[in-house]
Amino acid sequence: MSDTARAAESRRRRSLFEALEIDTRLVGMIGAFVVLCLGFDFVTDGRFLTPRNVFNLTIQTVSVAIMAMGMVFVIVTRHIDLSVGSLLATCSALMAITQTVYIPEYLGLPMGHPLTAPITIVVGLVAGTMIGAMHGYLIGYLAVPAFIVTLGGLLVWRNAAWYITGGQTIGPLDPNFMAFGGINGTLGETLSWAFGGVAVLAALIVLWRARVEKQRYEFPVKPLWAEIALGALIAAVIMGFVATLNAYQIPTPRLERMWAEAGREMPEGHTAGYGIPISVFVLVILAIIMTIVARRTRLGRYIFATGGNPDAAELSGINTRLLTVKVFAIMGALCALSAVVASARLANHSNDIGTLDELRVIAAAVIGGTALSGGIGTIYGAILGALIMQSLQSGMAMVGVDAPLQNIVVGSVLVLAVLIDIIYRKRTGVT
Amino acid sequence: MTDRGTPLVEMRDIELAFGGIKAVDGVSLDLFPGEVVGVLGHNGAGKSTLIKILSGAYRMDAGEIRIDGARVEITNPRDARAHNIETIYQQLALADNLDAAANLFLGREIVNAVGLMDDAQMESETRKIMARLNPNFRKFAMPVKSLSGGQRQSVAIARAVYFNARILIMDEPTAALGVQETKMVAELIQDLKARGIGIFLISHDVHDVMDLCDRVMVMKNGQHVGTERVEDVTDDDILSMIILGKKPERAPEPEGAA
Repeated sequence: MSDTARAAESRRRRSLFEALEIDTRLVGMIGAFVVLCLGFDFVTDGRFLTPRNVFNLTIQTVSVAIMAMGMVFVIVTRHIDLSVGSLLATCSALMAITQTVYIPEYLGLPMGHPLTAPITIVVGLVAGTMIGAMHGYLIGYLAVPAFIVTLGGLLVWRNAAWYITGGQTIGPLDPNFMAFGGINGTLGETLSWAFGGVAVLAALIVLWRARVEKQRYEFPVKPLWAEIALGALIAAVIMGFVATLNAYQIPTPRLERMWAEAGREMPEGHTAGYGIPISVFVLVILAIIMTIVARRTRLGRYIFATGGNPDAAELSGINTRLLTVKVFAIMGALCALSAVVASARLANHSNDIGTLDELRVIAAAVIGGTALSGGIGTIYGAILGALIMQSLQSGMAMVGVDAPLQNIVVGSVLVLAVLIDIIYRKRTGVT
Repeated sequence: MTDRGTPLVEMRDIELAFGGIKAVDGVSLDLFPGEVVGVLGHNGAGKSTLIKILSGAYRMDAGEIRIDGARVEITNPRDARAHNIETIYQQLALADNLDAAANLFLGREIVNAVGLMDDAQMESETRKIMARLNPNFRKFAMPVKSLSGGQRQSVAIARAVYFNARILIMDEPTAALGVQETKMVAELIQDLKARGIGIFLISHDVHDVMDLCDRVMVMKNGQHVGTERVEDVTDDDILSMIILGKKPERAPEPEGAA
């Protein structure tokens, strides 16, 4: 093919993508993820894509994914947060002490009381949000660079956590609290199907309304077949995911114990799937909220405008200092929620919880297409980035790659992902 | 100028120093409805600083601003907008990563009953006003980074026009534009004048603005050199004011700081 023919070909293909409004970068990321999964599945003789491993993969991803969503906002506004892992530890320590010491001692509520978990989570959320807001104040109003504030925070909050607990592992935690960890709290088959159904319905309504809205103003719309195909694809992915998690059977002894706790005899041959973990449910809800914030609220618009051109944002009357406080407060709140999930999954608070999470979180956001130069990034990208990182890590562990090699690969993939992204942007001329 | 009633804008004895250097040193300036006043001077003469005080980007150290004869406080860009002062900055105007509609409504988004942005309506309004100002504009879904200088300028002007500016500040409005686009901007300025909008044109190039302005005001080293009606002076007179910091011969006493 001659150069001109090739150029014409690529132009035609690009305009097809544009007509269908397909995010080529997203397609690329999903493609990479699918290849990764199939590759590991092939190498491990089908052990990678079992319901059990998919289940574990999702609950391992949640903690980093939650924080990565907040990191998108931070990086989009041209900042960085190196303290998220430490902040997670401080929130986790505070919540562990709250539920095991403060609430039983000062409020007189025993472990397992229905109020214990909600109070604990509120305490964690308030602490995380306030610490984040303080970071934001230092950065936005006092003009200390985010790198420095959060580098300091990395040390301060890691050791604040240590100080709070005296370095001890605190556990076991409140049973209701631990339901947020994954295996100890799932929706069960019926609720999972219902959730999947609602999700599909919601996705289709969003697609349809966007189309109707566009038609109302006579903007160009995608061909109907493309819209239907996209809807079908989304429905298939959601329901496939639910089916996979439902297919992961609760072991019989555990099931017997659950029936016994309910005070009944388990019928012979009874089986039940785990379904969607509550932590994943929380992640999905948070992802929807964060996406709405990013796309449909003024706050989100200002975050992206400030990242694209801080001067223009300022001159347009946006209070960029307050915006910085808000962005870091959101980051702090998400660290606290992440701490709930992380400590609940481990069933205790340990002194090293969240160590190096800041790097995983930044890597997830960046692999997910967030540009460190600011102004560009998506919530779904960050979650996908977290998922890719976790798949890579556990896939290699499953294959039996040595631990040092695992980290070497993960580090290289991070750099490679950004390099590919830069080349992609240059080629397409799209920011 | 008293024969024309109350000025739209009066800036009196404005002062602003950056770390001991007086960027604006006791400068006064006024603007009447339907008038175009050029603010001229070299780079660093203080013209942009003066005008940024009016648009709320800088806070003055001393002096006062009157709008329609009433004294006002302008401490940030939102205050300026509240007084219908719109500014079109040469470089700083647009967020490159957002599309035309997002930029046009930046800081003043249309929201629905529950507070979510109504992007479809904003795009629709943008299409309407762009159809009037720049009928060839097509790239509504693209980040403005991919637009030409003229297209970007038309988005910035559309923003001012859409929000009913009474006082429009334009920083080097034609500097980055081609011949055709410059003509388009010039026509737009005449159109805005006819609607009674007062316009400040900031430029360092005399020829850019002489055809567009009613009066020109020249600054040098943060000080006011002189204000002249364009029919009273030649390009060369203005040029010598910019370079030498002196008024033309028939007004031998340079007007220093107030």
